[in-house]
Formats: sequence, structure tokens, C-alpha cells
Amino acid sequence: MATQGVSLLTYYFDLALRSCRRSKALTALVVLLMGCGVATCMVTFAVFRATAADPIPWKSNQLFVPQIDNFGPAHNGKGEPPQLLSYTDAVALLHAQQARRQVLIYGSKWTVLPDDAQQPLSQEGDAVSHDFFAMFDAPFRYGGGWSASDDDQRAAVVVISSALNQKLFGGADSVGRQINLDTHTYRIVGVLDDWNPSPRFFDMSSAWYPFSHPRQLYLPFSRAIDLQKAASVNFYCSTNSVDAALPNWDSVLHSECAWIAAWVELPTRADVARYRDWLHNYAAEQQHVGRFAWPPNVRLSDVGQWLHIMNVVPKASALSMIVSVSFLLICLVNVVGLMLARFMRRAPEIGVRRALGASRGAIYRQFLIEAAAIGLVGGVLGLLLTALGMAGIGHVFEPEIARLATLDASLLLLTMLLAVATTLIAALYPTWRAAQVQPAWQLKSNG
Amino acid sequence: MIQIRPILAALRRHKMATLLIVLQIALTLAVVSNALFIVKTRVVHLSRPSGVDEAHLFAIRNEWIGLPDVPHIDAQMRADLATLRSLPGVRDAFASASYPLEQGGGGLAHIKHQVAQTTKPQLALSYFADEHALDTFGTALVAGRNFRADEIGRLGPYDKLAPAVIIITRDLAHKLFPDGAAVGQHVYLSDDSPSTIVGVVDRLEGSYAGSSTRSIDEDTVLVPARYASSDDGAAYAGGVVYLVRTQPGQLEAVLRAAPAALVAQSRLRLISPEDGVVTLAQARTKAYATDRGVAIMMAAVCVLLLLATAGGIVGLSSFWVGQRRRSIGVRRALGATRGDILRYFQVENALIVGIGVVLGVALGVAANLSLMTHYELPRMPLWVLGVGALLLWLLGQLAVFGPARRAAAVPPVEATRPG
Repeated sequence: MATQGVSLLTYYFDLALRSCRRSKALTALVVLLMGCGVATCMVTFAVFRATAADPIPWKSNQLFVPQIDNFGPAHNGKGEPPQLLSYTDAVALLHAQQARRQVLIYGSKWTVLPDDAQQPLSQEGDAVSHDFFAMFDAPFRYGGGWSASDDDQRAAVVVISSALNQKLFGGADSVGRQINLDTHTYRIVGVLDDWNPSPRFFDMSSAWYPFSHPRQLYLPFSRAIDLQKAASVNFYCSTNSVDAALPNWDSVLHSECAWIAAWVELPTRADVARYRDWLHNYAAEQQHVGRFAWPPNVRLSDVGQWLHIMNVVPKASALSMIVSVSFLLICLVNVVGLMLARFMRRAPEIGVRRALGASRGAIYRQFLIEAAAIGLVGGVLGLLLTALGMAGIGHVFEPEIARLATLDASLLLLTMLLAVATTLIAALYPTWRAAQVQPAWQLKSNG
Repeated sequence: MIQIRPILAALRRHKMATLLIVLQIALTLAVVSNALFIVKTRVVHLSRPSGVDEAHLFAIRNEWIGLPDVPHIDAQMRADLATLRSLPGVRDAFASASYPLEQGGGGLAHIKHQVAQTTKPQLALSYFADEHALDTFGTALVAGRNFRADEIGRLGPYDKLAPAVIIITRDLAHKLFPDGAAVGQHVYLSDDSPSTIVGVVDRLEGSYAGSSTRSIDEDTVLVPARYASSDDGAAYAGGVVYLVRTQPGQLEAVLRAAPAALVAQSRLRLISPEDGVVTLAQARTKAYATDRGVAIMMAAVCVLLLLATAGGIVGLSSFWVGQRRRSIGVRRALGATRGDILRYFQVENALIVGIGVVLGVALGVAANLSLMTHYELPRMPLWVLGVGALLLWLLGQLAVFGPARRAAAVPPVEATRPG
């Protein structure tokens, strides 16, 4: 049985090869169309996948961003609360300890002053509370994060990136050593491993570039506040221009300006529901004491929802995905027509085969195998063009995004699968038409 | 005169193949017109003039080391500006906090006519400036006067933004005072005291090259102040941007000399060796990299798509010609000329493309509407669809010409052959 199956298969392949040889131009056109269509889709998909991927898949449904509307309906954006929290709300949330873990984050710039005659460096750093490293599963090469008591004591401790460790200490274990930031001395407690979640979802609100500029420093949030360290970029106020009504740091802390990102870890659905209630009650209380003149307007979004709110997927990437899928669709419609032409040209041959006893099923098998073979060749061409396209995306997308898009085994497999599957789908109707050919009629008209 | 009825009758025998070409034409028109429209909006966006002398301008981003206080920074800034202006090859220079085409960094001003106005304030992008700013930018006054040296204040991180005088762009002037002259009018940047508009400049883009501030990109306000902050508690990070305009042909030399001269002046500063010094030409390339990339990609896809469609038409038309050899032979035998056969296939193609175009216009408008809601694209004018339709129609005629000529070459004797 098996050998018969194999010999039949080789017979069909042989037929396919013969027919391709007979209609070279049509076959070449189909292969070219499939190759182009599939390659365009794959290149854009690689970029899309790089930007739309879940940065923390094992935990993305347990991490949430709370939003509290302290701007009010007159000043918020179309009814949505600001994406960041005011200092008042952020600290209230941190101290309430209503989640398994809670983290506050804001980004700022720090000047690193090396001991020797090296040039000072300006580095982007995040001020974070101590749960940060455990919450986002940041991997350490040496040492670890700091403790809750370090937070309380506003300790002068710092966690540095492996890149900065390489630059300052040549990659050696620098835990316990000192480093000078903004003219203050800090003790290094940990060195991170290579860690660059893309997008850097947790502090994208304190950065313009979710796919670049990895942070080099992490310091205690409480200490940065004590040092009156300003947020480097994002600082939104409800009413007037930024510097209009803030005479000193204390007024910054008490203002209704939003500049701190908050994250909470809620392992179960019950935790999420409970936290939602707490958030609502907190806002209600603020209304009650007269701080908010509007009913509670709060949000609690998980990582996926948050990435959507923040519009992380570049518009160029999403748009090109749409365009390339339409391109593949048009190629497919084209291929249906060409396949129809190829198959119907062979109506006499089909008539003869049917007259000699070939069943409809045999005709189906023959033509679908032929289509799959063409799809396979189209896939190979598609792979070549995909590789070519991947080399060229650096010219279309920003280098930091293009770098993330890579040609790996899964993409190779997907390219072949897409090519064969779409060619088979395109061949369904032409094959059906081929199988409808009546043996007698064809023989007669040939005579 | 070609009879349309026999063509339609023949097409009815090839319903599926006809439908496929129609569908393909429709989809192609929908995609190509939208893609071309996106290309057009991008090209318009990235070729907007910034209003400044980009070829001779560069920016130095300078940060302060050691947390100096406001008077110290201010003194250093004056010394730095004197150093920069006296460098050979420098035409002029001034200090600000951001530069055009920077992709962010500038301040956002909320401008009100009255302190207690209930309507939303007019948003504008601000630059700190002094009496050298207009000459450095290379933008011209269209009304009023420049700042005077005695009007340039010192602004610390906690000081309020309430300058006595401001200069605004013509675009902003028109938005604030649609009915009259802006010079001499008072507006409020903060609630404390009014600012008098003393000058209006022709054109000056804010520092956000991206699309998030598109509607106010040309609404710029110049605030006469040196912003002295070292990132010690300001609402946003400190540091200073020096904008330098060079004499023609001197950019390369000054680009190297300027940071060196500043470091020689004082070492308590930080100018990043990687991206601390940026020419406006570099800033433009970087800022519009995505726009240009999308335009190139869309254009490439359009070309591929048109080629694919042309290929499809050639393929199917050839098939039809092959199938109808006998009937063509019969027609020729009955007296039809080569021209008749040629015209037959051309009219047939024009008909099919016509039906596809009608369907494609509907599809294209629908696609544009959905793109408008999801990607904030503007409405596509109908002429884009018209151009697309014309393009497809020409392409169809071109694609069918080869097969049609082969059909016309079929000899009348074909009528007597079997098959």
C-alpha cells in the first residue's frame, strides 16, 4: 500500500513537472507572484512581530497599571485619566500595599563622574522602588536589588546595567564598589545581566523611545525624591504650562502634575477585582475630602491593554502589515485566475484520463499536488526574497526596530507554510473546475 | 464601431475568470490609491520647511556637572555665548532648551487672552531666545521688532514663565488674532502677568518633528530668557542647547571647534561625544527616517502590485486568446480585419477594468474611511482614485496589447482546424 502511495505520488509529481514544462510562462508567473506576496508579508510580519510581541509573556496578565484621574473631566484627554500618577497618588498607592508587589518608576538623567581622568558620562536612569527587580524578573549578573529598609532609609545604593559595568569596571564584579552620581557617592548592590525587554513596557511613559535607550542605572525612588531629582521628560500638568505654578520642589510633589509610572502585581482574578475596588474607593475618598470635584475615574490595565493604550506598535509597522496582507490577497486572486487558465488548458488531457478510468478523486489529487509543488517553489523564492527584504528593512524602519526583526527558524517555517497553504487555497476552485470536465465531451470535441 | 453586446455574451461564458480580473482590479485600485495617498501625505509632511537656515545651523546639547546654582549657570551661559560668537566662522549663536527637528524637548505653552477665560488656551511650542535668536535661526520678521538685549531675563527652574514681551510666528498670530494685527496685543502665558507681542516672524517650526503635535508645529512662541537649570528639582531636566549658525562653508570647521572651545572655557560640563553635537541636516534625516521609509516602502509595494496585476491580465488574456483561436479564425474567415480582432480584445479589457474600477472606488473609499479612524489619516481626495483608475486602465490596455496582437495574427485558416 505504502509503496503504491509513494509511486502514485511520484507519478503525480512527474505529471506536475511535465505540465510545468509545457506552460513555462504561466508557471513562472504563479511562482513569482507567490514568492513576492509571501515575502512582502513575511518581512512586514517580522517587524510587526518584533514590535507587537508580549515583552513578558509569563507574567503579562498579572502585571497591571493603575490610572487615577486627578485632572478631571475639564482637562483629561477625552475622559481618559492621565497615563502617569501624581506624587500624591503614587505614594498613597505604594503605602497602601494592596497588591502582592507595587512599584513606582520615573526616569531621569544622571551624571556619572569616573574616578580617573575619564570624561564624565550622562546616563539615563530610573528611580524605582525596591520591588521593581522581582516584579519584572530582572536578571542579575552580580549581587541583587535593594531591600525595603533601603527604600525607607533613602539609602545611597544603585543597580547598574552590564553595559555600564563594562564601561566603568571592565565587566568585573563591581558589587560593593562606589560610584559617583551627580557628585554623590553610591554603593553598587547589583549588576544586571543583559536585560532589554522590547518594548521597555514598564517605563515607556518616562521615555520617548520604547525600543531604544535602555536604562543604565536604577536608584531608590525615595532617594531620588529626597535629592529633588526631576523627571527627565514626561511631566504633565492639568492646567497651566509646566513651570507656571511650581515655585519649589515641595510644590512639585504636592501638585496635580502627573509624572510617575506605577505598576502592581496581582496574581489572581480575585486580587484584580479587589484591587479595582480599592482603586475606586481611593478615588471616592479623594472626592469626599474635596481633592477631586468629580466621581472616581480609574483604570486598571494589564500589560497587553497598556501597550495598546500607549500605541506602542509603530503606525508604520501596522500600516505596512495591512498593505502587505492586501498585496498577498491580490496575488492570490491573480493566482486563482492563472491556475484556472493552466488547468483548463489541459481539459483535453483531463478528458482522456477520465475516459481511461481516472476517478474525480484522482484528478483532485493530481492537481492539488501540482499546486502544492508550485507553492513549495514559490515558498523557496519567497524565502530568498524575504532574506533580501530583511536586509533592506534597516532603510525603512528605525534601526532600533529593524534590529529586533530577525529571520529565524520559525519565520522560515512560516514562510513555507504560508506559501504552500495559500497556493493550495488558490488552487481549490480551479481544481474543482478541472474535476468537472466530462470525459465523453472532451473526446468528442477532440475528434 | 465595436459591438459591446457580443463581448458581454462571450464574457458570460467565462464568468469566473472575468470576476477574478474584476476583483483583482478593484483590490489593486483600493490598495494603490490608498498607498499613493499615504506616500503623498508623508512626502508633504517631510518636505515641510522648518523656517530656519538648516544648511548652516547646528546644536550643542550641554549639561552641567556639579549642580551649580542659577546665577552660576547664567554667568557660564553668558561666557559660553561670548566664546561661541567670537569663534571664526560663526555668524551668530544663542541659548535655548531645544532645537527644530529635534523630536521633542521643547516646552509647551498654554496661551490665554484673559486670565479667567473659560475657553481652552491656545497651545504653542516655545523656544527660549535672545536678541540673537532671529539672526541665528535665519527667520525674518514680518511685523514688529526683535528683542532688545535688556529684555532678556534669567529663568531658574522654579521661576514662572511670564515674560514681558514675546515674539510669535505668523501662524500662531493668525490663530490668536484671526481678525487683526497681533503686534502690540497682550496674552497670558501664565496667570501672573501679561506678555506683549512685540514681533511676528514668518515661519519657525517647533521642536517636535513627529506627528503628535502636527496641528501646532508652526505655532511657535519665542520667550526672551536664558533658562539656567542643572536638573536639581526643575519640573523637567536642565541643561542648555546652544544653537550656532555658521558662515557659508564653515560648518565642518566650527562643528569641531565649538565644543572644544566650550570645554576650554570650563570643564564642568558634559557634551556627549555621540550625540551632543547635531547639525540640523542630521536632525532632519533622523526625524523623518520613518516617514521617508514608509513612503519608499509604499511606493515599492505599489509598483509590485501594478506589475502583478499586469502579469495577471497578460496571463489570462493569453489563455483566452488560446481558447478562442478557432472562433477568431471563423471571424477572420467571415471578413473581420486584424484591427477588428485587436479592438475586440482591447474593448473587452477596457470593459472589465471599468467594472473593476467602479468596485475599486467603493473599496478604496471604504479602506480610507477605516484608516482614518484607526491611523488618523486625513480624508483621501477623490482625484487620487481618479489617477489610480486612469493608471489601471492604461496598464490594462498595455497588458492586453501583446495577447491581442497575437490574437489578431491568427490566420483565417484556423477556422478549419480542430481544437
